Amino acid sequence: METIISIKNLAVNFPDKQVFNDINLEINRGDFLCVVGDNGAGKTTFLRTLLKQLKPNQGKIVNHAQTMGYVPQFRNIDSEYPLSLRNFVALGLTTSMRPWLSRLEKHKLTNILAETELTSLANIRLGTASGGEKQKAYLAQALVNQPELLILDESTANLDNVMKYELLDLVAHYRQVHELTVIFVTHDLPLAKQYGTHYLLIQNGRGVTGAMANLDTTQLMASGENQIACGEEHLNV
Amino acid sequence: MFEFEFMRNAFMAGTLIAIVSGFVGVFVVARQLSFLSHTLSEIGFAGAAFGLFLGWSPLLGMLLFTVISSMAIGGLSLKEARREAATSSISALAIGLGILFLSLSNKNASYATNILFGSVLGISQQDIQRMIMLALAVLVIMLVSYRKMKFSSFDSIGAKVSGMASWNITIIFLIIVALSVSIAAQVVGSLLIFILLTIPAAAAKYFAKSTSGLICWAVVFALIGVWCGLALSYWTNLPVSFFIAAIEAALYFIGISWNKLQNN
Repeated sequence: METIISIKNLAVNFPDKQVFNDINLEINRGDFLCVVGDNGAGKTTFLRTLLKQLKPNQGKIVNHAQTMGYVPQFRNIDSEYPLSLRNFVALGLTTSMRPWLSRLEKHKLTNILAETELTSLANIRLGTASGGEKQKAYLAQALVNQPELLILDESTANLDNVMKYELLDLVAHYRQVHELTVIFVTHDLPLAKQYGTHYLLIQNGRGVTGAMANLDTTQLMASGENQIACGEEHLNV
Repeated sequence: MFEFEFMRNAFMAGTLIAIVSGFVGVFVVARQLSFLSHTLSEIGFAGAAFGLFLGWSPLLGMLLFTVISSMAIGGLSLKEARREAATSSISALAIGLGILFLSLSNKNASYATNILFGSVLGISQQDIQRMIMLALAVLVIMLVSYRKMKFSSFDSIGAKVSGMASWNITIIFLIIVALSVSIAAQVVGSLLIFILLTIPAAAAKYFAKSTSGLICWAVVFALIGVWCGLALSYWTNLPVSFFIAAIEAALYFIGISWNKLQNN
């Protein structure tokens, strides 16, 4: 198995708060790692450290991924946003300086629109698209350069139950076909359980890792928010 | 009307201004910086007055003030929460300085009127040559940085997480707006510059779904406003900036009505 990211003895502390200590983790190509934990546990801090936006107090991260796609939780797209879905996705094609798209770039764009099931919606304005369609467009933009690593930062948090499964089905399918490595930050345990292959649980300043099948969800059940997330899933599934 | 040199010059200058304003305006509107372009036009007034005070060309004074101010505003507005307050403070200072320099330069009121509201009579061949150079510089910089500029303007969050919304791009863009303001002030005046930098691009949003489409529509709307405005001003002897403002506002309302019709 080829290691994409290797993390050793990672610790991040703020002057007034110890966030986490001693996280050790190896992420292999094709893994679907779910980063779970309560709100404020340090999931975002972990992600920011991984993205080199924060310097760790201790430890080392070796990232072998040459290309990376990132889907953030929020986007500032209002109802009068003018670009079509196709043109929004094409914004991600930034490797060339030419103002127009090359034939190869057009090909990439057409492919990713098909793989994210957006072909029939490609010409509608993103501002008028539904929440789920917008999220698919954000995903397509993150994947248009065929990254080795995809980071989903609470990307399903604002979606209804049907849409979040639909979105993660697309990610899972793409991962299988392209050997994509996925890091999914979420507090939605049923989703993590269904799609993840591995987990990183950040809790009480510690990071526990393992195969998803071994995640003991009762560790998180004490948290009110996760109880709600699990309860909703239980009611709706 | 084309038998007069000043009208030929005015049409050439107006065409350049419309192309630059339409192009840059699309990114001003996408970045929601309409207020900044208005402020830069006030700063342009202070710069032109400063130029007059020192005996320079008003365009040089404008360039100096708008470029320095756009960088200062960029530096002060790192935190979005204080962007409006920072812009307002610099705007107030600029108007005060403009009035001070005009008073110190002992020029009569018509100079102030020309700077504020523009004049088609005063455009010389030399002015046009300077404007062509500035316009070319703006368009070349925009084309070279087109993809990064497009990404950071139309999806600031996506560009930020992809490392494409760098500080350099923001500063380059602010300088581009400063140059555009200085170019456009020659005809429409510093007070009404934001008409050409914002309204054609805002109206274009209702007719296009791609960045290149938005640019084409915005340039066409700006050209309609400038050409018709100049002709109407020539025939009626009324201020050109009034006609440009009225035409652009009409085009914007047509855009809104068209959008409503489409949605129904």
